[in-house]
Amino acid sequence: MTGRRVEVGGAGVDRARPIGFRFDDVDREGLAGDTLASALLAAGVDVVASSPILGRPRGIVSAGSEEPSAFVELTEPWFDPIVAATTVELVEGLAARGRPGVGRLPTSPPPERRARHVHRHVETVVVGGGTAGLEAAEAAAARGDRVLVAQDRPWWGPAIPDPEAQARAARLAVADDVTALASTVALGVYDDGYVVLLERGGDGRDRVWHVRAARVVLATGATERPIAFADCDRPGVMLAGAVRVYLERFAVLAGQRAVVFTTNDGAYPLADRIREAGGEVVAIVDVRDDGSGNAPPVSGIEVLRGWAVAAVEGETRVRAVHLVGPGGRRERVEADLVAVSGGWMPSLGLYRAIGGGLRPDERLAAFVPDGSGPPWLEVVGAAAGEGLPASAPFWYTPAEDLTRHVVDLQRDQTVADVLAAVEAGLRSVEHVKRRTYIGTALDQGRTSGHLVAEIVNAALGDPLGAQGPTTARPPTAPAPFTALAGVDRGELLDPVRTTPIHRWHVANGATFEDVGQWKRPRAYPRPGEDLEAAVLRECRAVREAAGVLDASTLGKIEVVGPDAGAFLDRMYTNRMSTLPVGRIRYGLMLGLDGMVVDDGVAMRLAEDRFLVTTTTGGAAAVLDRFEEWLQTEWPHLRVYCTSVTEQWAVVAIGGPLAREVVRAMGTDVDLDASSFPFMTWREGTVAEVPARLCRVSFTGELSYELHVDGRHGAHVWEAAIAAGEPYGLTPYGTEAMHVLRAEKGYIIVGQDTDGTVTPDDLGMGWIVRTDGSDFLGRRSLERPDARRPDRRHLVGLVPVDRSTLVAEGAQLVARGDADGLGGRPAPEPVPMLGHVTSSYRSAVLGHPFALAMLRAGRSRHGEVVDAVAHGRSVPCEVVPPIFWDPEDARRDG
Amino acid sequence: MAERYWRAAAPKASYEVVIVGAGGHGLATAYYLARNHGITDVCVVEKGWLGGGNMARNTTIIRSNYLWDESAAIYEHALRLWEGLEAELDADLQFSQRGVMNLAHGLQEVRAGVRRVEANRLNGIDAEWLTPEQVHERCPIIDTSPRLRYPVLGATFQPRGGVARHDKVAWAYATRASELGVDIVEHCEVRGFVRGPGGRVEGVETTRGRILAGRVGLVAAGHTSVLASLVGLRLPLQSHPLQALVSVLYEPVLDTVVMSNAIHVYVSQADKGELVMGAGIDAYNGYAQRGSFHVIEHQLAAAVELFPIFAHAKVLRTWAGIVDVCPDASPIIGPTPIDGLFLNCGWGTGGFKATPGSGWVFAETLATGRPHPLAAAFGLDRFTSGALIDEHGAAAVAH
Ligand SMILES: Cc1cc2nc3c(=O)[nH]c(=O)nc-3n(C[C@H](O)[C@H](O)[C@H](O)COP(=O)(O)OP(=O)(O)OC[C@H]3O[C@@H](n4cnc5c(N)ncnc54)[C@H](O)[C@@H]3O)c2cc1C
Repeated sequence: MTGRRVEVGGAGVDRARPIGFRFDDVDREGLAGDTLASALLAAGVDVVASSPILGRPRGIVSAGSEEPSAFVELTEPWFDPIVAATTVELVEGLAARGRPGVGRLPTSPPPERRARHVHRHVETVVVGGGTAGLEAAEAAAARGDRVLVAQDRPWWGPAIPDPEAQARAARLAVADDVTALASTVALGVYDDGYVVLLERGGDGRDRVWHVRAARVVLATGATERPIAFADCDRPGVMLAGAVRVYLERFAVLAGQRAVVFTTNDGAYPLADRIREAGGEVVAIVDVRDDGSGNAPPVSGIEVLRGWAVAAVEGETRVRAVHLVGPGGRRERVEADLVAVSGGWMPSLGLYRAIGGGLRPDERLAAFVPDGSGPPWLEVVGAAAGEGLPASAPFWYTPAEDLTRHVVDLQRDQTVADVLAAVEAGLRSVEHVKRRTYIGTALDQGRTSGHLVAEIVNAALGDPLGAQGPTTARPPTAPAPFTALAGVDRGELLDPVRTTPIHRWHVANGATFEDVGQWKRPRAYPRPGEDLEAAVLRECRAVREAAGVLDASTLGKIEVVGPDAGAFLDRMYTNRMSTLPVGRIRYGLMLGLDGMVVDDGVAMRLAEDRFLVTTTTGGAAAVLDRFEEWLQTEWPHLRVYCTSVTEQWAVVAIGGPLAREVVRAMGTDVDLDASSFPFMTWREGTVAEVPARLCRVSFTGELSYELHVDGRHGAHVWEAAIAAGEPYGLTPYGTEAMHVLRAEKGYIIVGQDTDGTVTPDDLGMGWIVRTDGSDFLGRRSLERPDARRPDRRHLVGLVPVDRSTLVAEGAQLVARGDADGLGGRPAPEPVPMLGHVTSSYRSAVLGHPFALAMLRAGRSRHGEVVDAVAHGRSVPCEVVPPIFWDPEDARRDG
Repeated sequence: MAERYWRAAAPKASYEVVIVGAGGHGLATAYYLARNHGITDVCVVEKGWLGGGNMARNTTIIRSNYLWDESAAIYEHALRLWEGLEAELDADLQFSQRGVMNLAHGLQEVRAGVRRVEANRLNGIDAEWLTPEQVHERCPIIDTSPRLRYPVLGATFQPRGGVARHDKVAWAYATRASELGVDIVEHCEVRGFVRGPGGRVEGVETTRGRILAGRVGLVAAGHTSVLASLVGLRLPLQSHPLQALVSVLYEPVLDTVVMSNAIHVYVSQADKGELVMGAGIDAYNGYAQRGSFHVIEHQLAAAVELFPIFAHAKVLRTWAGIVDVCPDASPIIGPTPIDGLFLNCGWGTGGFKATPGSGWVFAETLATGRPHPLAAAFGLDRFTSGALIDEHGAAAVAH
């Protein structure tokens, strides 16, 4: 209990406003303006946590985000499993307890902070709101730039309050076109001036700023370096600059009897401040004995030049300090605070992450930017090495035993560990880091990284700065998953797309299937029906009367322009340019490897206008593909593509009574087969709204697809339901659709194909033109492998027992080959002949059936193979993949 | 401490074999050249620090449950080597067979998952299909409820899959290869090739001088195509940034590896406590080891949705490696049309798991000039024959 609040200093706290908080279940009081760390120091709390590996007591080391030691779990006012006490603003009711460097994720998470994402464009982003940052921001604003300036701490200006900086901050706060964000850390700076920042709102609301800037100024300041000596991880060993910040900003004297241990002049003024505040300074221990430095003498304080701190005594708090001097002289002094300054290192994590290089600066014994960063990036102020005190290169106090010279307080790693790594043959700082894990904990080696590098350099006999510090990577400070996730949660993780008819589906008991982003009705089970019963009923209705399907999710792209036909010829394997207006043609699209990637139909709406449909899940990819080829390979083609998926609702009516149903809905289109045959379209009205009627069929039955303006979708659907009632019109979902199309042998791209299937494999060689004209994938189809006779072919399967439904995904093997395996890994590989792609019960066939890809399948009709899944082999007869109406009489009727 | 790592070597004027790239694959190749083939006049040249490429950047997932026979054979060969590797290299590799779970969120993913499980078993690979209830039992912190945007419908599971400590693997191979006489030369970048009669590759030009070689093996991951272009060889490789991240350290919550393609995140928890996560590649090509931030944001959104317990987790570090992706997502291993030049690349986003197997088969190729039987299907010639080994998995469902 040696820290206390003092009468002097305290420009950053409001002595009139006490703030109650709880730490380790004890009620405490701090002041408005405190951080949790300053309040704990003021309350005389020495031990905040313990170290993760050795369980040694850990106190407060720094006054900022570089803190390597004092970690807490916050439970009020919001939850945070692990955070540095030095970065937590004290608020009324705050509750925390110490954590040993490892957080605990509660199984039932308490409420999260909310986060919103904001996007901005500015001319200048300034990272850092200290003296240099504020100056840079004001200069940029004066030039007329829009400026965003961010400061990771809640206050502006340097930590030790400076009236000039505060005045500047006040001016910026009200300046036009300046966004000044406190408590905002730049997580990363990315290519072309893209900066991502996290603003921690005091109200528990966070904002993630995505900013594009023409110019980025890094005014990220510098971090003080510790020095390693025996037991330097004891509470009471602090960075000198932090001791001063606690005093001047928070009016907290961190100890009563201090030793100042330094390599530079920068720490000298601290001695005076401590005394002014009523503390004692035992000595300034300055490692320099070469007469360098010109700090003014501090009256009445002994300066031990050429001395160093060798060790400290005390378990939970420094009690005494052992000094070692020239010629090995030793001295022991009573003290409860060691204020350490090993020099200052420019904070260049962001700069390095975007490709900036470093150069050693001998005067500072530190690294400064070498000017190699991107042209839009500038480093200013202390981050560029400006205004920092010259320092002796001194990393640890030499000793026989270096096993208690702690370098990384979060990893409990010592100088001895680093030297052992080098001794064992590791020569790269990155290797040493990876062996010792130094620099990989919460602070990412902000205080330890440079030390390690120089210890390695020295151990290898390399010059100062031969290897730089370990790399810190974005984010600059640990960032909550949820903040970065923003509002992309729950349903918004991926937008849900629904058709204009969705509400009807919900109201009528549909169960849904996710197809891409779409919710599609999978079936409409009636009370008491399970999915299977519902599907069989829906299938039967389509085969025996009529069914209606919401096909609005089909991808639809208008391809327009004088070269539209020629363009589509290159995208599809068959010719689209010869399609007469009014007609429809099915098309297959191949990847460059010759494999089927999508299918759909093309309708010629006018000489220069086509509407092509795509699979529901493939719509965006097909449009991307069209655009890619048009923009990169064939910019001379006069073609424009527009997605019209959502502009058109599609109500598909199919079944032997489909014609009657459409007629009953009321239409001015002549539905007679002779004037409106299969694979043609007509325009007219249906149910009193304009419609395009298309005679295409995915079920194998007589079908009409009614394409209507999206906003008429629900009306036309309901009109169909009403008009179809007398005909037994039944709404059916994707599952029945799958069964019906499979009975007919129609494939689903992505289910029956997997990116390794050619048109010929599907028995669709007829759709590939062979006149030598080019289309995507053509050349690949000529590769020898695409012409092998023993490729996998699409076949039908019927279980020999005519009752077992084989599993989709089942592998096909020769009869008996998998017998006895019972789902265990085969001792010797069993040759696989193919796999089941689709498998269903049928309402009309009287037995289950499947589609499969089978090696040389077309030559195996009549053979029996085993379908192996879930530990069972089901013998199946290989048959042609068409089970229903092979003559197409029903479809074409 | 008796422990010694590899010797620092300066390059000699010539070697029987020069391997370009001291990643896991290059080092394993060198080790097996010495161990299996007695060829120790070998030099591994590395432009940076050993193992500092993708080897140091990957998320260390190991599994062998690939779909096609050719892939299953080579990855399973690798997994079997992994199972004996700590003994073989006399090193602690933190190899942990904690199982790898691959979630299915859509009906097509279920079909593809079942298909892969069945194929794996027939190929002698341990594989299980888990129902959502079994997923919950095995890993209760996954949200298997219907509230998820794409609910979990099942999972494939390979119990023998797991993770290992990448650095230790690289160092162990390097150390043992070095003990057998292999020279490992760090900070030595290959900038060109020495060409002999008929264009034959007879060595490399490096930042540390010319090094002649009987055979040269390129094992440079995302930079292999750049190197090959120096001899006019165009490779069917796309180099993309692939990002990964770790969280702050947490007490153990996850004792297996979970991957989700549809929700797009995969995660395991390291022994130290950090959650190790990755997602998909960045769509553009690039060589800067930096990815796009939005990819990270999507991945984290996915992570907190799938694992509600991550609601208070924080990202500690993000990074990227440059992965070399083939059109069929399978590697290229074997000879090239240029005499003296051999390739082992195209491992893309998933080559760590193959490290021992990749080194094993490529060593044989460099020793004999011919492909190892397990690698025969992975030759460069497959892009002309069309015999691709498409491991993208079943394409996204579309209907
Ligand atoms: C983020 C990420 C996550 C991944 N996750 C996994 C995973 O979970 N599981 C999995 O199995 N795989 C994963 N991978 C893939 C895996 O890392 C790679 O496939 C594998 O590491 C590649 O082999 P390598 O180790 O030899 O490559 P590398 O380690 O990249 O080795 C190539 C070496 O070549 C060197 N080099 C390049 N050019 C030259 C030159 N001109 N001269 C000299 N040397 C040169 C490089 O510096 C590098 O060291 C992941 C990859 C990344 C990037």
